[in-house]
Amino acid sequence: MKHLGFHTLRDQATDALGDKLTNQLQEQLHSETSEDLFTFADFNAEEAERGGYSDYSYWRSTLRAFFQNKIAVFFLIVMVTVLAFTFIQPYLPGQKDPLLIHNDQWGLPLNNIPPCEEFIFGTNAIGQDLWARIWAGTRTSLFIGFSVALVEAVVGILVGVLWGYVRKLDFFFTELYNVLDNIPQTLLLILISYVLKPGVSTIIFALSLTGWLGMARFIRNQIIIIRDRDYNLASRCLGIPTGRIILKNLLPYLVSVITMRMALAIPSAIGNEVFVTYIGIGLPVDTPSLGNLIQTGRSLMTVASLRYQLYFPVLVLVIITVSFYIIGNAFADAADPKNHVK
Amino acid sequence: MAKYITKRVLRSLITMFIIITILFALLRMMPIEGYFENFDKMSSTQVQVKLNALGLTDPLPKQLLRFYNQVLHGDLGESNVYRKGVAITEIIAEKIPISLKLGLISLLISLSVGLPLGILMARSTRTRFKIGDKLGTVFIVLVEAMPSAVYHILIQFAGSQTFIGKTVLGLPMLFDAANPKSYILPLISLSIGNIAYYAMWLRRYMVDEANKDYIRLARAKGVPGGKISRRHVFRNAFVPLVQYIPNSILFTLMGSLYVESLYSIPGMGGLLVTAIKRQDNTLVQALVLIYAVISILGLLFGDILMGIVDPRISFAKKEGSR
Repeated sequence: MKHLGFHTLRDQATDALGDKLTNQLQEQLHSETSEDLFTFADFNAEEAERGGYSDYSYWRSTLRAFFQNKIAVFFLIVMVTVLAFTFIQPYLPGQKDPLLIHNDQWGLPLNNIPPCEEFIFGTNAIGQDLWARIWAGTRTSLFIGFSVALVEAVVGILVGVLWGYVRKLDFFFTELYNVLDNIPQTLLLILISYVLKPGVSTIIFALSLTGWLGMARFIRNQIIIIRDRDYNLASRCLGIPTGRIILKNLLPYLVSVITMRMALAIPSAIGNEVFVTYIGIGLPVDTPSLGNLIQTGRSLMTVASLRYQLYFPVLVLVIITVSFYIIGNAFADAADPKNHVK
Repeated sequence: MAKYITKRVLRSLITMFIIITILFALLRMMPIEGYFENFDKMSSTQVQVKLNALGLTDPLPKQLLRFYNQVLHGDLGESNVYRKGVAITEIIAEKIPISLKLGLISLLISLSVGLPLGILMARSTRTRFKIGDKLGTVFIVLVEAMPSAVYHILIQFAGSQTFIGKTVLGLPMLFDAANPKSYILPLISLSIGNIAYYAMWLRRYMVDEANKDYIRLARAKGVPGGKISRRHVFRNAFVPLVQYIPNSILFTLMGSLYVESLYSIPGMGGLLVTAIKRQDNTLVQALVLIYAVISILGLLFGDILMGIVDPRISFAKKEGSR
């Protein structure tokens, strides 16, 4: 009884305190507001169906994250300007043919003329307009870069998805990869350029031959990781066709890496073109490219007054490759959903 | 471990066999001018006689077998154009020491500059303004994004200039084995890419490593920052880079194609470029073969070395997901 009494006592004290507080609260409420502070909620079919809602949009968040990066935005503007100008340039008034040799009134070639009003970037050793040649060369180099990046994306994604998703093919592709990955890319590039006829298509072919390997391996590894996650399992149980699972469930997850690899493939393809042209198995001189412009400029480097023929192509090349590199990396960071939550 | 290495070596051998076969088939497609010193002056019968003598009219499998037989006996054939009739092994023996010497020095430079730079950048990410990290990143982005052909030209150009008033930088533009000053520019060119490479990856691995729990514990215990970087973070972060070192060493044998021909260094890399320009088919074939073997060996040693350095790497699991 003693125990009980003690408890009863404490309970009574608590109750008393509770009543007092309740009374206080009620008085406050009654004094401040009307009695209809709370009403019973009726069952509302529409309301009951409403789910959670967030205005998260992947692409909006990606773009917002990208545009927060001031340096990347600066390079994006630079790149867009250069790209746009490259394609508009031939249609502007007063542009010259990149292959036309300019002669003076006596029929002598106007060679090695330093930059002036007539020739904005001067002329080269045989009298061709350097300004026109640089933009024509930029078009060639960009064409090579974009083609290689496109092949890398298409073949890389295709092989990567097959390799990762189809279990029976895993062994075959893994062994194939181990063999192909051991072939040095420079070597293959040199060899193919040596054996085949030099030209734009040869370079694109040689660079595309092994360029997709890295992309394919990456996609394969990612797909193996996310292939059996619950949401994919659910899709499979619901009978959604494999193609749709790949397109809608798996690939969106990899967009950031695919775009980054494509953006980085472009400067590296342009750089490789410069390299093969240097060792003498690249593009012929009548196809202006940044590679053979730099190569020509380099051979004139020792003459101080002719150095403009090296500076201008190098400047354009560096602007393009650095922009692609920085934009590619910044976009990859922005496209990673982990960086969207702030 | 032994089982893994055996398997890995076997696979490398198979790869090598496949690559050599493909290369051989590709090289048969080369223009036949490359087998003659003065193709234009020869009649078609003379050409046929020479091709027969070289065994080039035989069916491809027969040629391939003969080629393997030759290679296994240490015979790489004779040069056709570059130095007519001289055994290729002899030419190569003259060239290798030059490339090896320059390559090893430059590897030493890249490791001793690139690694401290990576550590500095990683440590700088923990400071307020991250100045060191930002400056280092600018350097890395420039080197990584610019085509190597371009910065080699710029280095050669800038280094050989005599600026008005200051005649410090009048370095020789071309390589001359007897003149120590002429080593400087080629060495900078050879090292700069590797410096950026080692710094970039070391920084990334160190930043990743520094966020792990055991480092936080060390920090909480009050271990000084420098000691944490050196004793814990660096050692673990360096492991993935170890894989790249054997490849770097082996590739010094081939020299850098571009740098060597730019500074006219009489090494292996320059030799391949010359052989291509002068269309010396047998020489190209031999050099390409050596190049392929070297790169396969480099990858093999890299994998094995990494397994030895880091006991956590399980050889059985690593396959296919490298």
